[in-house]
Amino acid sequence: MEPTGFETINLGHGSGGELTRNLLDKVIFNTFSNPFLDQKHDGAIVEINSKIAISTDSFVITPIFFKGGNIGELAVNGTVNDVAMCGAIPKYLSLAFIIEEGLKMEEFERIVASVKKAADESGVLIITGDTKVVERGKGDKIFINTTGFGQVHPKANISVHNIKTGDKILVNGFIAQHGMAIMSEREGLEFESDLVSDTTNLNFLVKDLLDAFGEKIKLFRDPTRGGLGTVLHEIANDISKGVFVKESAIPLEKQVAAACEMLGLDPMYVANEGVFLVVVDPSVETEVLALMRNHKRGTNAALIGEFTNEHPNKVVMESLIGGKRIVSPLVGEQLPRIC
Amino acid sequence: MKYLSEYRNFESTKKILDEIHKITTQEWNIMEICGGQTHSLVKNGILELLPEKVRMIHGPGCPVCVTPLNLIDKAIELLEKGVIVCSFGDMIRVPGSKKSLLEAKAVGGDLRILYSPLEAVSIAKENPDKEVVFFAVGFETTAPANALSVLHAEKEGLDNYTILASHVLVPPAMEAILDDKLCTIDAFLGAGHVCAIMGMQEYYPLVEKYKIPIVITGFEPLDLVQGIYMAVKQLEKGIYKLENQYARVVKEHGNQAAIAVIQKVFEVGAREWRGIGEIPNSGYVIKEAYRKYDAEAKFNISHIKVPENPDCIAGEILRGIKKPNQCDQFGKACKPANPLGAPMVSSEGACAAYYHFSTHLTD
Repeated sequence: MEPTGFETINLGHGSGGELTRNLLDKVIFNTFSNPFLDQKHDGAIVEINSKIAISTDSFVITPIFFKGGNIGELAVNGTVNDVAMCGAIPKYLSLAFIIEEGLKMEEFERIVASVKKAADESGVLIITGDTKVVERGKGDKIFINTTGFGQVHPKANISVHNIKTGDKILVNGFIAQHGMAIMSEREGLEFESDLVSDTTNLNFLVKDLLDAFGEKIKLFRDPTRGGLGTVLHEIANDISKGVFVKESAIPLEKQVAAACEMLGLDPMYVANEGVFLVVVDPSVETEVLALMRNHKRGTNAALIGEFTNEHPNKVVMESLIGGKRIVSPLVGEQLPRIC
Repeated sequence: MKYLSEYRNFESTKKILDEIHKITTQEWNIMEICGGQTHSLVKNGILELLPEKVRMIHGPGCPVCVTPLNLIDKAIELLEKGVIVCSFGDMIRVPGSKKSLLEAKAVGGDLRILYSPLEAVSIAKENPDKEVVFFAVGFETTAPANALSVLHAEKEGLDNYTILASHVLVPPAMEAILDDKLCTIDAFLGAGHVCAIMGMQEYYPLVEKYKIPIVITGFEPLDLVQGIYMAVKQLEKGIYKLENQYARVVKEHGNQAAIAVIQKVFEVGAREWRGIGEIPNSGYVIKEAYRKYDAEAKFNISHIKVPENPDCIAGEILRGIKKPNQCDQFGKACKPANPLGAPMVSSEGACAAYYHFSTHLTD
C-alpha cells in the first residue's frame, strides 16, 4: 500500500473520479494484484471447468475491530467458509465496500491488509470489486460484501436430503467464541476477558474430509448467526427427523462458558465464525473424528449427537444432569437477562 | 466458576433425585418463586426427573413478567419524547399496549441495552444536553444497583438522570399467593439471590403464619434438587421451618451495605404487579428526598394507564393456578416471536421457558 495523502475517507473517494482512482490504485489494486484484477475491467473473466458453488454475504459488525480479528478477515473467511460448506474449493472472491464518510484512512488500510492476509491464507484471489462512500450517519463506519466462487469437489455430494436416521453429527471445535468476543467489547457490556474471535478459514479441513470420505459426508454447515442450536433446528425441520445431542459432548471453552453464564446467554445460540458441523455416515464416525482432531482447525472436534426417528422436527438435548430439553430456534436477538 | 462443574454434576444430582423418589409418599405442590429457578428447572430437564407426585409450580419471580404494561408504555413515551432510555436486555421485547421498546427504537428512539444502571449514569454525564432515564425494574436483587445509580448521579451533580422505577418485593407476593383461595401450594423454594441481598429474617414470620416450609435455594441443578429434597423431607415429616440450601451465598442478615443503599433511596410502598394487580407494601418507591430522580414525577407520565390483553392469563400463570400449556393461546396466538404477555418474553418467564425447553410438548 502507498500513502494516499488523506487521513479520512470522504465522499469524493466514492465519486468515481480522481480521488476514487487514487484510493483504488494506492490501496486496492497494488494490494490484491493478480492477472484477473489487473485488467481493471468492469468485471473479471475467469475459467472454471467444473460444477461451481457461489455464495454471497454482507458483513456489518460493531465494533469493526475486535479481539481476534476485524471486519476484513471476517468478510473473507465468512464467504470462503460458505462456499466450502457446499463441498467446494473456494477460488475467487468479489469484494465490495460501502464506507461511511469520516472512516479513518488508517483503519481502512488495516481492514484491506486483513482482507489480503485472509485471502492469501485461504488460497483465494480477489478478482473484482466496488467502493462506495455514503454520507456520515448513513452507514456504520464500513460494510463489506463478498461473493465467493468455488469448484465443487469431485467426490462431494452434499445435501441435507442425504441424511439418514443414525447419521452422526460432529463439530470441529469450541462453540460460541466469536459471539462472546464481540459481546465483551460492545458498548455498555464491556467486560475484561481474553476471549478472541474464532474467525478462520475452514476450506482446507473440508477438502481433506471430502478427499478421504467422499459421499459418506452428508452435510457441512457453519453455525454463524443464530448459533449451533438454530442450525440444528433448521436441519431437523428440513428433513423431518429428530436431532439428539448431548450437552456434555459439546465443546465449550471454560472462559466462554463463564461469560455466557455471567450475561445469561445460552452458548447454543451464540454466533460462531470458525465452527462447522459435519453430518457423516455412522460407518466412518471414528475415522472422521480422528482426521478432524489431527487437523489444526479441528483439534477440539467432537461427536455431539445423531439423527433419530423419535421427536421429528425437534432437537432434544440431554442436559449435564441427564434431563432432557428441547433446543428451539432463536427468536430475534438473544437478550441479556436482568438478574 | 468451579460451580459450573460441581453443581451440574450428573452423579451428585442423581443421588439426591433418587433420595427424593425414595421418600415421596404423597402428592406435593412446591412453588419455586424465582424465574431464574424456573428457567434452570426446565432448561436442565429436572421436572421430568422428579417423581410424578412432586409437582413444581412456577412463581411470579420474573421481573420482566410482573412489570405492569403501563410502565412499558411510559418508557416508550419517554423514547418518543427524545429521552435516552436505558434498559436491561430482556425488557425490550415485551409488548406494551401498542408496541415494544424494540419497535420504538426501530423508528428512531434512542434505546440503550445495559447490564448495569451505573452505565446509564455515565451516559447521562456524557450527554449533558439530553435526558437519560434508566428503566429500573426488578426484585430486591437489582434494587441496590439502581439505588446506587441515583446516589452516583447525586454525587456527580447530574440533573439529567432519572429512573423509571418498578421495584417489587418477594415476601408480599408470597403472602398474596398464600392468601388466594385457589392456592394449593405446600412448600416454597425461596429465591436465593433475593435472600443474598435481604437475608433470611423476613421469611420466619411467613413460615409461622402459614405453617409452610420454605427452603431458600440456589439456581444450579444440584441446588434445585437439594432444595426440593429438603422441602419434600419437611413435608413428609409434617414439619415446617425455614431452611437455607444456598448457604454458600445467603447469610442470615443478608448484605448490610446493599440494604443500607436501598433504604437511603427507596421506601416500601404499594406496587402494581402485572397480571396480579396492586399489592400493598409490595415494592419500593423513591423517597421524597430523591424525588428529583423519579422519571414519573419529572416527565408527567403518571397518567398513562392501559388495559392488559384479555386473552393473556399471565395472572393465573404467575400465581401458579395454571401451567403455561394450559393456556388456550400457548404456542398458537402467543409465541416468543409474537408474545401476548410478558411471561412469553423473558427467558425467565414460565411460558417462554416451557415454549423453548419443555419436552412435555408433543406437537
